[in-house]
Amino acid sequence: MTKNMNTRNTKVMNRFDVTSRLIARLKHEEAVIGGIGNTNFDLWAAGHRPQNFYMLGSMGLAFPIALGVALAQPDRRVFALEGDGSLLMQLGALSTIAALKPKNLIMIVMDNGIYQITGAQPTPAAGIADIVAIAAGSGLANSAWAADEEDFERLVEQGMSASAPSLIAVRIDDKPGVGTTRRDPVQIRERFMHGLGVREPL
Amino acid sequence: MAIAEQHSQATEASGDRSWHGIVLQTLKRNEISLVPYVPDRVLTPLIKNLHADPFFTTFATAREEEAVGIVSGAWMGGRRGAVLMQTSGFATLANVLASLAVPYQIPLIMFVSERGTLGEFNYGQSLVCRTMRPVLDSLALEHHTITRLDELEFIADRSIKQAVTTQAPVALILNPLLTGGKVFDK
Repeated sequence: MTKNMNTRNTKVMNRFDVTSRLIARLKHEEAVIGGIGNTNFDLWAAGHRPQNFYMLGSMGLAFPIALGVALAQPDRRVFALEGDGSLLMQLGALSTIAALKPKNLIMIVMDNGIYQITGAQPTPAAGIADIVAIAAGSGLANSAWAADEEDFERLVEQGMSASAPSLIAVRIDDKPGVGTTRRDPVQIRERFMHGLGVREPL
Repeated sequence: MAIAEQHSQATEASGDRSWHGIVLQTLKRNEISLVPYVPDRVLTPLIKNLHADPFFTTFATAREEEAVGIVSGAWMGGRRGAVLMQTSGFATLANVLASLAVPYQIPLIMFVSERGTLGEFNYGQSLVCRTMRPVLDSLALEHHTITRLDELEFIADRSIKQAVTTQAPVALILNPLLTGGKVFDK
């Protein structure tokens, strides 16, 4: 965990709780992309919505996929949920997003400093690297640690009307995901497209 | 100057009937407006002209799989895209092809500038090139190696339409016979 870093005395929160708080605030059919493993398990457990997309693999691509959705539908807010280990796989994507400046994209990083799902091994960044500092250094000025649950909800609300992409980092505990996503990729993709109004059901 | 390089300059000078002019027009005709890329010397005139045309949103990504994620998300959001890369970049894609594009049935359109053959001067490039078609074949992905200017439009246009209608990825490999390739110059 990121205990030794300057994370502004952020509270250690819980992924499922934080994800549920996000979902409860969505009133305008916002898209949500869930990164692999626990991140999308908790998104699934928070209650399936047609505007949710659940990844099966492709570790690190939650933000790029969300960027694509955001570029395709600039009038819709797009959230992406990613783990710290996943983000470390694709740090270059932060600069791409900073360069394109999609104001409708809100990135959320669930940081527990471990690869929880593979046996809780620490990531190479654990206790060393500061994700918000990395994001800010990548050009995403609108990046912040959530101090606690209320602060997280406030940052989400800010992101809803921001004029630049935002990144919210959340320190979370080492608990596994609460549910298990039904792994049916074609159905996930098709329902997501229905949810985004791209297609009508057959 | 190598013959292939002269050939390359000649095709660049011939306007819309150059290989890159045909690719650009074919993308436009098929309403493909989002074109992320990891650059390649051979692709330079295409990339330059995509940037110059306001129809396209084109930009560099840090890795090829990032670009695949972007166009996959865009397609699900109703906007068509294509990814430009070099052979060595394709070699980084096995995971995202097998875990995103293929199982989710996403019509991922890839243009791959082929290095590693017909005059390659870098041993690493020639080796990585040999991994490309076995990876494509192992996933039963549609792919075409384009060698002739007079076949380019037909292959590219038909392949894009097939990818979209069958919801399956396609790789269009731009061979040095078409583009001139990259040759040893120093």
